[in-house]
Amino acid sequence: MGAGGAGLRAALEAGKRVKTAVVSKLYPTRSHTGAAQGGMCAALANVEEDSWEWHAFDTVKGSDFLADQDAVDVMCREAVTSVLELERMGLPFNRTPDGKIDQRRFGGHTRNHGEAAVKRACYAADRTGHMILQTLFQQCNKEGVEFYNEFFVVDLVMVDGACAGIVAYEIATGELHVFRSKSVLFATGGFGKMYKITSNAHTLTGDGPGVVFRKGLPLEDMEFFQFHPTGLYRLGILLSEAARGEGGILRNSDGERFMERYAPTIKDLAPRDMVSRAEFFEIKEGRGAGPQQDYLLLDLTEVDPEVIETKLPDITEFARTYLDVDPVKEGVPIVPTAHYAMGGIPTTIGAEVRRNHAGDIVDGFYAAGECACVSVHGANRLGTNSLLDIVVFGRRGGLSMAEYAATHKQLPVPDDAHVEAENWIVELLEGDKREPSHAIRSDLQDVMWDKVSVSREDEGLKHALERIDSLKARFAKAHVKDQSKIFNTELVEHMELGYLLDMAEATTVSALARTESRGGHYREDHQMREDDHWLKHTFIKRAEDGGTELGYMDVTMGRYEPVERKY
Amino acid sequence: MEVELRLLRYNPERDSEPHFENYTIEADPMDRLLDCLHVVKWKQDSSLALRRSCGHGICGSDAMVINGVNRLACKVLIKDLSQPITVEPIRGLPHIKDFIVDMEPFFAGYKEVKPWLIVDEDEKEPPRERIQSPEDRERYDDTTKCILCAACTTSCPIYWADGNYVGPAAIVNAHRFIFDSRDTGGRERLEILSGKGGAFKCRTAFNCTDACPRGIKVTLAIQEVKRAALYDSI
Repeated sequence: MGAGGAGLRAALEAGKRVKTAVVSKLYPTRSHTGAAQGGMCAALANVEEDSWEWHAFDTVKGSDFLADQDAVDVMCREAVTSVLELERMGLPFNRTPDGKIDQRRFGGHTRNHGEAAVKRACYAADRTGHMILQTLFQQCNKEGVEFYNEFFVVDLVMVDGACAGIVAYEIATGELHVFRSKSVLFATGGFGKMYKITSNAHTLTGDGPGVVFRKGLPLEDMEFFQFHPTGLYRLGILLSEAARGEGGILRNSDGERFMERYAPTIKDLAPRDMVSRAEFFEIKEGRGAGPQQDYLLLDLTEVDPEVIETKLPDITEFARTYLDVDPVKEGVPIVPTAHYAMGGIPTTIGAEVRRNHAGDIVDGFYAAGECACVSVHGANRLGTNSLLDIVVFGRRGGLSMAEYAATHKQLPVPDDAHVEAENWIVELLEGDKREPSHAIRSDLQDVMWDKVSVSREDEGLKHALERIDSLKARFAKAHVKDQSKIFNTELVEHMELGYLLDMAEATTVSALARTESRGGHYREDHQMREDDHWLKHTFIKRAEDGGTELGYMDVTMGRYEPVERKY
Repeated sequence: MEVELRLLRYNPERDSEPHFENYTIEADPMDRLLDCLHVVKWKQDSSLALRRSCGHGICGSDAMVINGVNRLACKVLIKDLSQPITVEPIRGLPHIKDFIVDMEPFFAGYKEVKPWLIVDEDEKEPPRERIQSPEDRERYDDTTKCILCAACTTSCPIYWADGNYVGPAAIVNAHRFIFDSRDTGGRERLEILSGKGGAFKCRTAFNCTDACPRGIKVTLAIQEVKRAALYDSI
């Protein structure tokens, strides 16, 4: 389910072995993998000395030590073959003068455990995600993978605790379909649309994790949401970290390179949580730029214009198109933008979905990519590691689900598998209730932005929870006006809002409970990391009484012991 | 500022044929047309049907005919459009509802040209990177930018008139591989594109180049494919 990088990579792997179909609410090439810009890290050492262990160390340190180190090792080791595989599939990487895959610097990626920034990100201009998505789509077509495009997932078919298929709403006809299958993989992406300012697509509404949550299965580490430090002012459109990798500098209203104060060694290339927090403080302390002092500036004027035009063409165009600002000549107004969910559906390193915080698994059910939580990103993901995550764990998920399908019988799907979803849809369409979903969504985005974003504290989180409760009550009384069957996009948006409300609730409850600061989760009232008590993963699930239930799972440690995180 | 929109509406469950309806909304000159369509959908008529996803010109969902030319609704700003702003679905593909057309024929044309890397190699060898010089990489750079939004193909008068023509986007995606030094399937594709529905249908109207939101020189790419087919030069 889902046709971004993780879904397509999984389909490619499974499709070689068993009958495979990709079900997606969008045409595959519309998926948000295509918006990823800067690169995909792998210790190829094509440009300078590097090793996958250094990559693993950076990833663990970047995660504020919450990542599971066995999973990180798998990802960083398999990064190298994953990049080479993509090259073999035809991905047009930028090249070094001697024709090898070129590499560049990226935030938090360092040489020899933090000495200096290292050139590790393999890239194709600033459209690496686009190239990955296109290349995987090309390969799926070549292999004849079957696609069901514009089918929206509304339920998971469970038989005796094991997965037996999905229920999906066909947007073109308004019909419900039950897909019977021996194994199912969710690769449905993130849920940044719960925030007002986000780099995420309109369609990133947490559909997969939403379905899982409603089935009473847990979500992991939902309090950790990444805010990317360079979103276009007002709009949140992403400007790649590659801009800083190529020499861009962040400045406040005084023209000061403020990151020197927060991360003296790697400065502007500190991990995203630290840079976004630094921006938050700069603005809060009155050093924001502009008439309202509410943004900062990404200064590329000292970068060779040739580099800007050839290695950062897309983001340059975004600044010119949407803000009327030319990065070659002037600073680009930027703000933190809601970017990436570190949390999601808990999985093993084989992409098997976990049933509970004891670590048991759900037979036949898999998840990969942003909707999943392996956890390789812990409390803060490093730049480029999401593209890596989707190809490494997409491939692993495809293998796991194919093996499972080849060795298990199809479970009998009950005749009424679609009924719960059908009732939900009928309920949304019927009645004299009148509030449209737009107003509820917009209120949700406001409160999440104000109270559950870069900086959080007890009172604000409690206020947000109350608001979410009242928004849920309004949603229960809301109503879809459009009664049509064919492309009823109001109904789809309404169902998406239902998932977003669940994501917001899970995020806020998890954030309220975690009384420490770690990675992307910063508590003004608990500013220190508390390893003695909080070096553990949060599991949240829907309780039988309609509330939520928290549980915790130990972090899998490895070579790296937690140390203070300085850059 | 006040913005006048003139939208081609069509609901197959209600209307016998498409018709224009006018809407007046409040917008900022820096707003995208997509923002305005959302205002209509969210505040005036929730049944308005359109596809959109990324909102910044990368996913290719929202190609429309905007004031007579093919553009992405998320890539044109209100300040650059004369009013009333007329919006219609892209042409040449079956019209389903409002701004939604059937994309299947478009993707069928795309798949006809075998848009994937074709190589003769032993699959079992351990993966290693092929070497490609920056010059060889540059040769096909322009056509790697395609996002399959169909703005080019549905702006082409030949495509409107001739159901067999694969259309500009398919040729762009063939170009991307024909001129990739790693690919060995060029001949195969040129044979397909020398056929009835292929590149020689192009009459260089240049609509495609104007329509491309990624700035791809589409007509040039088509001419390069024609030349390669004629002179066997790849």
